[in-house]
Amino acid sequence: MRKDSELREFHAAAWDEPVVMELGRSGARGQIFPAPEAEVTKTVGNAASLIPDGMARNDAPELPELTEFEVQRHYLHLSQQVLGMMGISLFGTCTMKYNSKMVEQLINRPELAETHPLQHPDALQGTMQIIYDLDLMLRSLSGMQRFVFQAGGGADAAYTMAAVARAYWQERGELDTRDEVITSVQAHPCNPATSAAAGFKVISLPLEENGYPSLQALKAAVSERTALLMINNPDDMGIYNPEIKEWVKAVKEIGGLCFYDHANFNGVMGKLSARELGFDACMFMLHKTFGGPKGGGGPAVGAFGCSDELVPYLPAPVIAKDGERYFPDFDRPKSCGKIREFWGNVPIVVRAYAWVRAMGAQGIDLASDISVVTNNYMDKKLGEIRGLEKSHPDFPKWRMEMTRWGLGPMQQDTGVGTVAAANRMADFGIDPWWMSHEPWVVPEPFTPEAGELWSKEDIDQWVAAVQRISDEAYSEPETVLNAPHNQPIARVKGDWMEDPDQWAMTWRAYVRKHLDAAPGSGAGTVDAIVADPENRG
Amino acid sequence: MSAAQRSHPWMASSAPGQIEAMLEELGAGSVKELFEQIPQDHYRSAPLDLPPALLSESELRSDLLATLKRNDTCEENLNFLGAGCWQHHVPGVVDEIVGRTEFVTNVWGSPQSDVGRNQAWFEFNSQLGALLNMDVVQLPVYSWGCAAGHAIRMAARLTGRNRVLISAMSDPERRAVIETYCEPQEMDSHITIETVATDPATGRIDVADLEAKLGDDVAAVYFENPAYLGSIETEGATIAKSAAAAGAETIVGVDPLSLGILVPPADYGANIVVGPTQPLGVHMNGGGGVGGFIASHDIERYVRQFNGFLVSMDHTEVPGQHAFNLACAHQNSYGLREKANDWTGNSVYLWVVANAAYMSLLGPEGFREIGELILSRARYAAKRLAAVPGVSIRWPDTHFKEFVVDFTDAGKTVAEINNALRGRGIFGGKDLSSELPDLGQSALYCVTEIHTASDIDRLANTLEEVL
Repeated sequence: MRKDSELREFHAAAWDEPVVMELGRSGARGQIFPAPEAEVTKTVGNAASLIPDGMARNDAPELPELTEFEVQRHYLHLSQQVLGMMGISLFGTCTMKYNSKMVEQLINRPELAETHPLQHPDALQGTMQIIYDLDLMLRSLSGMQRFVFQAGGGADAAYTMAAVARAYWQERGELDTRDEVITSVQAHPCNPATSAAAGFKVISLPLEENGYPSLQALKAAVSERTALLMINNPDDMGIYNPEIKEWVKAVKEIGGLCFYDHANFNGVMGKLSARELGFDACMFMLHKTFGGPKGGGGPAVGAFGCSDELVPYLPAPVIAKDGERYFPDFDRPKSCGKIREFWGNVPIVVRAYAWVRAMGAQGIDLASDISVVTNNYMDKKLGEIRGLEKSHPDFPKWRMEMTRWGLGPMQQDTGVGTVAAANRMADFGIDPWWMSHEPWVVPEPFTPEAGELWSKEDIDQWVAAVQRISDEAYSEPETVLNAPHNQPIARVKGDWMEDPDQWAMTWRAYVRKHLDAAPGSGAGTVDAIVADPENRG
Repeated sequence: MSAAQRSHPWMASSAPGQIEAMLEELGAGSVKELFEQIPQDHYRSAPLDLPPALLSESELRSDLLATLKRNDTCEENLNFLGAGCWQHHVPGVVDEIVGRTEFVTNVWGSPQSDVGRNQAWFEFNSQLGALLNMDVVQLPVYSWGCAAGHAIRMAARLTGRNRVLISAMSDPERRAVIETYCEPQEMDSHITIETVATDPATGRIDVADLEAKLGDDVAAVYFENPAYLGSIETEGATIAKSAAAAGAETIVGVDPLSLGILVPPADYGANIVVGPTQPLGVHMNGGGGVGGFIASHDIERYVRQFNGFLVSMDHTEVPGQHAFNLACAHQNSYGLREKANDWTGNSVYLWVVANAAYMSLLGPEGFREIGELILSRARYAAKRLAAVPGVSIRWPDTHFKEFVVDFTDAGKTVAEINNALRGRGIFGGKDLSSELPDLGQSALYCVTEIHTASDIDRLANTLEEVL
């Protein structure tokens, strides 16, 4: 029998798959649509005659021409060239979970897939019941008074917070003076970025030696200009700010609002209540913590919840209940408006509802227990590997559900840093790790998160891959530096990515810059593509 | 053994002895000990109040299905609702591809490990770029309204100006999103939205009013083609020229399914083009299928203003090998935080795979056919409905797939009519009577390739019955 610590070998499918634009043949068809019925043509004439003068397209768009089978085969090949959690993915900050196939099959049924958001409310009672019930569940998990699901991701929920804060301060006539948002350099970039996009000035507090900004620094930053505090806890390093109640108190004392970015909820779910800690609002990521799939980056939902005091400012509509009937409540005169069209990514809301029902209160509590146990187990194993260092190595306590690690020593000793090592991880069928958001406060960072899904054996495999990479780094570093070796393609060069003469965001641009353009010919320059410079600014 | 004590199918370490084995390795006495960072007075006092767990898949399925079945569907009913979310045919291959677990569960990976997904993303860009005659397409943002909002903010940064002109007859749903992006007037970076009149005879932009409102403080003109109320805008070139003369950007929102038969906005002078991605092979999903694209020419100063992920071709250590990577990654919020171009993050990238497969299936002829079919049937529908006593069509012979049906002369409200239709298995068009009272009792109807002539006849006959 194979020992757990034995690293399994892997090789990815490599189809040498052309870009779809290179495939097919003239006149091939993948879908055919019927001709308009005879009575239609008799009534309105030929389609071409219905297009206003000058508006008919004269050029055929340069799209591929393929059979239905060929399209299926092409994209199946592409799917097989996606590692995407087929092995082990401990992608930190994203809380990789199993995504129920049964639920996926249900949400693909017409009862959800073939519904329109503007149907009469009586024809959408099922959807609204699920939204309403999930709202109740998230209220219990957070202590907040109401949730909305309009935001299309965690960042969009942070933007929702900024919009709600604007509406709150606008009503008080203070929006022109309450123009600052306080966060930390360790907060997810979406917090400062959405605040700035919403029109606020951003103050980012630096970290102290203990892993979080000092209460003193916060108090120095707080003023009559403070509109909002946006903060996560614990952070991505697995450190919990034990002064968070004092933080909230300091901001509330001058009237500021406090937002709990619950991206790192997995280690504390069932144990903390954002409202009991004093926060005015919080955000849960339904596509992470609540069992929705990642989809390569959405569709996602940032569930935004807030206290009674902020409920009037929520984006409209909220789903309400009158007796036994659910309805979308648009009568919200103080609402901040809309963050996104309609009610949000309903299929992800259904998935989150299903996740909470399948877990139950005990299951959720157990999952947070497990995620903290597995992370510390992994920490211990990683601590035995040469060339690694943990963030805040002198921090004396057990970490929460993830820990920021770094390859600083390995990079110094061998030249092998986190990008090379991540590339090498994939050679073992393990998803390249999450490094860290910028700024990199730990050199050559990586941030694994085991969560409740992955088994001890999976973690042992993952650690064995890191051990192998460390061994290679110190004996044959080229193996890591030239990685990957077992992937669909060789290591990408990346040198076109900031070069306007080389980058190519479409096949058209690639053909123009790399296939047609002889060096120095002038083809492929901006002048050559923009026919009317006066018009194009 | 009670149900709660059984190992949970989604948690490996809930099997007996697993937690204990790890605690032993750690030398920790209890799970509680590992939570030592959290002060005791931070723990919640209120116990979790959640409905009982449905631990078995069969129970969970029954619960979900019973609830979802309370919805009426556009499959069982004949649906004429559009207005930002449209019912189109989704090919079986698209559902198969977008349901592949690798596409559903991947999170990021590397340009090598997840090259297939990056390639599919690039193929989305490339095919949409071919439809748009534009070289730069960004991965979509959350919705069309969000795309328009970001594009307007791009224009404000490009021009250093803070006023935008949009049609007075804009979709209030999208308009509300755009307003959010333009910030309240108390903010220093507030963008003023000014509306341009619509020609009452055609539903198109009133060019004279537009030109009167242009000025050296206008960052952009934003219009849609087809417009929200369905008319095909014919004055795009004039509008773009006037905007350019005033130093403003021209932003056009376009239905990509129209581009097999209609001129792409770039050809009449659009600088930035946005639009919905849901028509390209994504189910309506109760509104959860929406997404919004942003595209421009390959001019660096435009490229440098995009907010999101720009997937580009790349090359590898092996000569001739294709690769796909993120260009200009350091201008987004992951790199620049509050100094970034707005923000980015999770969006609708799984749907991008559906969009790519959809466009590959259609090809140039498929786009032409579907465009002609929609146009023909929508015009047929307008003619059929106009023949119903009490019904008239606002701006006949101007529209693509959506059009305004005026019931004012029927002496009934749209709400009453839609209720009667619903009782007969038909979802009538979106009620416009409160958002655009000048149009009387009007509704926005949407006809696509899924509506046959007999479906349209059924609608007309049913209307005759209920009016």
